[in-house]
Amino acid sequence: MKQIYMDHGATTPVDPLVVDAMLPYFTETFGNASSLHSFGQEATSALEQSRQQVAASIGAKPEEIIFTSGGTESDNLAIKGIAYRNSGKGKHIITSTIEHPAILNTCAYLEKEGFDVTYVPADSDGIIDMDELKKAIRDDTILISVMHANNEIGTIQPISDISKLAKEKSIYLHTDAVQSFGKIAVNVDELGVDMLSMSSHKIYGPKGVGALYVRKGTLLQALAHGGSHERSMRAGTENISGIVGFAKAVALADERLVDDAKHMTQLRDSLIEKVMDSIDDVELSGHPTNRLPNNVNLRFSFIEGESMLLFLDMKGIAISTGSACSSKSLEPSHVLTAIGLRPEDSHGSLRITLGKDNTQEEVDYVVDALVEVVGRLRAMSPIAGKMSLK
Amino acid sequence: MYSEKVMDHFSNPRNVGEIENADGVGEVGNPTCGDMMNIYIKVEDNILTDVKFKTFGCGAAIATSSMITEMAVGKTLEEALDITRNDVAEELGGLPQVKMHCSNLAADGLRAAIEDYRNKQNIKK
Repeated sequence: MKQIYMDHGATTPVDPLVVDAMLPYFTETFGNASSLHSFGQEATSALEQSRQQVAASIGAKPEEIIFTSGGTESDNLAIKGIAYRNSGKGKHIITSTIEHPAILNTCAYLEKEGFDVTYVPADSDGIIDMDELKKAIRDDTILISVMHANNEIGTIQPISDISKLAKEKSIYLHTDAVQSFGKIAVNVDELGVDMLSMSSHKIYGPKGVGALYVRKGTLLQALAHGGSHERSMRAGTENISGIVGFAKAVALADERLVDDAKHMTQLRDSLIEKVMDSIDDVELSGHPTNRLPNNVNLRFSFIEGESMLLFLDMKGIAISTGSACSSKSLEPSHVLTAIGLRPEDSHGSLRITLGKDNTQEEVDYVVDALVEVVGRLRAMSPIAGKMSLK
Repeated sequence: MYSEKVMDHFSNPRNVGEIENADGVGEVGNPTCGDMMNIYIKVEDNILTDVKFKTFGCGAAIATSSMITEMAVGKTLEEALDITRNDVAEELGGLPQVKMHCSNLAADGLRAAIEDYRNKQNIKK
């Protein structure tokens, strides 16, 4: 059976060129970068080259890159690291209602520790409300953290505008760029951020590695203590093979960025248009154009997402849903709820995240499959045609 | 996540649809929760001769709906009322724990349909 992977927001396959780049670092150049002998020095050299590669990609200096185990750790280090180090100045943090759980649950944890967090809402397109953000700023605000692009609806946030507000008040600004990095241009000076989270496995690199950019002069407290790795900001022997793979993935993403973005934008818009043309009672969630090139999030009235997902999986198509019924918590997607969708709308949502290797032929196959699956489930639905879910 | 039998009933659901002039209709759940089920029954001489369903919901909701239609046909109303949520789940080879409460509505739907039938009978008398 034909297999079509369109869940690149969840993870991506590792590029074979990345695997090739990594392989020598398991068996040949296996040294510990902390060792002074030549094995160690080779590892150090690979580590620092990788650091340069990642730094150059986002317009940073190599010493501003801290390698981590991925996006979640980077987010934790940024939020808790600022909170713990700067609590003497204030204990107020601002974030948004549509952040990834790595941010939301870290903030919730800090609330238990006595920090105060304001969650700024987003509008119906999923763009953060700048007026509310402005109003949320207080004298004791030490950090603003707003994601660069949303993982569910792909909406791109006005980070450089937020930066102006943050700079006026000397508040640190962090952005979770896990979904945007490698898909759209990410430059720390243009965005005006003090910290930026990145992940390798979303950009055809290996899992278990990522980085946090930390602007020089940012007062951050380490969370993992031990050796003096990563300028004492993240103790633990460096995952050299993973870091080399991550850096290779970054290099490849940089080379392809413009072409890939153009290709995926075409597929994205084609997919949205064809679905809208061939299926009734469908809405796009998120901003129509100000969204990641690879993100499509549709909601289908009268039917439920897990059922759609299972039927599509039987046809070899891998996508995801914001339906509560597919989540362990049985809560609908917090992002869809935050942009004002009713639970019954969220239940019928599908997220399709394209990749560089998806084709127009695959998009057409997915549209045909959706027509069939949606038709089948609506024929079974007691509410189809009887009530409006709009 | 789902057993083979659940996937079979989900992908080839039995007895989908409405019964015209049904003797009883049961409606349980609601779209806000993500699961809603309508069960339609035909009754002759106290025996369920036809049971059909329409369901909005996840794989488990559709599979349990399909399963109960097979379990109920041919049973007396009293026997049908004895079918529990657990019976349906067991007949399907088990359901994921998280689905046991929210999506396992079919037994309730059937009971509601039988109650609806009995209410209508009482009105006729």
